Amino acid sequence: MMTDLYQSQRAMRQMRRQALQRGVIAILDVGSSKIACLVLRFDGSGRLSEDNTIGSMAGQTGFRVIGAATTRSRGVQFGEVTAMQETERAIRTALQAAQKMADIRVDHVIACFSGANPRSYGLDAQVDLDGQLVSEAEVGRVLNACDVPDYGDGREVLHAQPVNFALDNRSGLIDPRGQMGQSLAVDMHMLTVDAMAIQNIVRCIKRCDLELAGIANSAYVSGISALVEDEQELGAACIDMGGGTTSVSIFMKKHMIYADCVRMGGDHVTADISMGLGVPAAVAERIKTFNGGVHATGADDRDMIDIGGDTGDWEHDRRTVSRAELIGIMRPRVEEILEEVRVRLDAAGFEHMPSQQIVLTGGGSQIMGLDGLATRILGQRVRLGRPLRVHGLPQSATGPAFSSSVGLSLFAAHPQDEWWDFEIPVDTYAARPFKRAVRWFRDNW
Amino acid sequence: MQPLIASRSLEIHRTKPLAGPDADFASADTEPHDTQPILRLRGARVFSRTARRSDPAPSRLSYRLQRWMLTPGIRLGVKLGLPICAIAAAVGVYFASQDRREALGTYIADIRTSIQERPEFMVNLMAIDGAGTSLSDDIREVVPLDFPISSWDLDVEQMRDTITGLDPVKSATVRIRPGGILQVNVVERQPVIVWRTHDGLELLDETGAHVKETTSRKDHADLPLIAGAGAGAHVAQALEIFQTARSLGNRVRGLVRVGERRWDLVLDRGQRIMLPTERPVRALERVLAVNEVQDLLERDVAVVDMRLGQRPTIRMTKAASEDWWNTKVTMSNGQ
Repeated sequence: MMTDLYQSQRAMRQMRRQALQRGVIAILDVGSSKIACLVLRFDGSGRLSEDNTIGSMAGQTGFRVIGAATTRSRGVQFGEVTAMQETERAIRTALQAAQKMADIRVDHVIACFSGANPRSYGLDAQVDLDGQLVSEAEVGRVLNACDVPDYGDGREVLHAQPVNFALDNRSGLIDPRGQMGQSLAVDMHMLTVDAMAIQNIVRCIKRCDLELAGIANSAYVSGISALVEDEQELGAACIDMGGGTTSVSIFMKKHMIYADCVRMGGDHVTADISMGLGVPAAVAERIKTFNGGVHATGADDRDMIDIGGDTGDWEHDRRTVSRAELIGIMRPRVEEILEEVRVRLDAAGFEHMPSQQIVLTGGGSQIMGLDGLATRILGQRVRLGRPLRVHGLPQSATGPAFSSSVGLSLFAAHPQDEWWDFEIPVDTYAARPFKRAVRWFRDNW
Repeated sequence: MQPLIASRSLEIHRTKPLAGPDADFASADTEPHDTQPILRLRGARVFSRTARRSDPAPSRLSYRLQRWMLTPGIRLGVKLGLPICAIAAAVGVYFASQDRREALGTYIADIRTSIQERPEFMVNLMAIDGAGTSLSDDIREVVPLDFPISSWDLDVEQMRDTITGLDPVKSATVRIRPGGILQVNVVERQPVIVWRTHDGLELLDETGAHVKETTSRKDHADLPLIAGAGAGAHVAQALEIFQTARSLGNRVRGLVRVGERRWDLVLDRGQRIMLPTERPVRALERVLAVNEVQDLLERDVAVVDMRLGQRPTIRMTKAASEDWWNTKVTMSNGQ
């Protein structure tokens, strides 16, 4: 199973290279409340310089957004595809609009999704080097030497990133290649998700006549775009409050070391309002967007909101509710979400991090007064994050709701090294086909 | 995120027509609510405004079609190839008929003629400069033009070639001058030598080209005379020899080409200087040098034979030989 995954991930990397050669790639953020599609054009200029110096655009000048579209998501719940036909149509809508804006045909797409029960594993391995020098093959060997925990049937590895290398007694190496030593150790972060969720998304994209050039977890990619350079370096948590899920990712030394997701989000707040006020979901969504908040003040008691409606019953259509009542409905749910996030952070050992910066992003982070509430629950160092600037992004797509789309663009331009970027050592690789042949015989006779 | 408008999702389509007394009441709502359109291309929306779809997704067909149209090759084909093909097809169909082709040909020819026959392009007369009257007549004869004629119909190159092809013409320029004049400038060949052949006398220029025939040597007494078959092809050499023989004055009668190979310089009193094939001028200079010192040619010499350079030979006249014999006898008697 690992080999299959390795092959499919390598195939996706190959696809991504092809797309970069062609110069156009689409970014697809499959969320529970909206599906966003960006079309990127790579012009090959303005890459990071040799010493990784960051320019004025934070090094993100290699590509340009030439098409952007978003559509209301259908058939996605908790960040997972539940109705494939609907999702496919939504993806088609977004892609068609983005292609139309870009005026170019896109064949390769990189997708991200948030749900599917992500689970983080920390792996490590140590090997003695054959020679003195750490070569690419040696890195591949040590990565392959990690003993993979039994993460259960029906789950797939989504990310497997080496986060730290140690050579003899020196730890904290980012790139050990070319260095001298006796033994090489690696710490790897592996993220697994439900296989069905991936397969569903892959199916949806295939049905839209597109090639999948990569797939990522949205907690990871929104962390890439919402956390600034030093937060990623010193350690920070990114909390992406989406429609159906709230994803948590912890970054340290520019690597994600933990990711998790709370299966609650803005849609639940909307549902609460809908139930509490007895209005349709669309009205509840509008009331939440325009009048929502989590801190009630004295003035809010007198601030009456028209609920509206067109049932034809005059009394029913002229109902009003005070803003304090609305806040009273929203606040418990938001608190519940944040407390759940707190539990996940505690489980990950976030309090032991040297820097405990927390960045709230995603569409849900636009609730008024959320930063004050989050400060009480999550800790003092909370800020609201917006995605990085990238070239050509429309103004309407620069809000926090697009941090995972933008992060996925950055991921498409400069992906981090993953396990499958290194060759599997020949000895183990060669053993596999034989094992498979034996298994096939055993299964069939 | 697209804000959702409440009314949009709440709209209820009444698909079943009302009946009974309510029908008249509801008829104020003129347009009956349509259900979903069957063909979901984008264009269909224009025709059924009332049928609002809650799902904005494109149909699979329209999605594929759009992607297909965004493919560069197809796009170029549709934008450029199709119009070109359509125009080509239209033109082809139009000109499939013989009548239309001919009509167009006639139309173009008419326009062409009307332009060519404008007075600005008409040539009214031919002016010939640098030619005598007889040559002018010849030129007018070989270039028969009936004026006025359009300058588009004149082939000036070909006319010049024809005029240059005339014997007495050395070179010619032909151009159409403003004012409708066909200007012909001719440089005539100047005769420098007379060639006597079996057929008569010919005048040649310095290149040996034929200028014209003449009947009388006396008309051209100032020109030297050559004779013999093939002499006309070596006029330059003959002129050189005449130039060298200038010091002999009017004793020179002419040059005879012998055996189409070498020259004989003929003087009066029947004297003859036989020149070699190679370097005849040099040989003549030797004879003249001897003549200067010894008065060779004043004596009774019939032929000075220079054909062999190492052994110049003199043939005396018969009388002189006899004299010489007598002298020899006398001398022998004296002994």
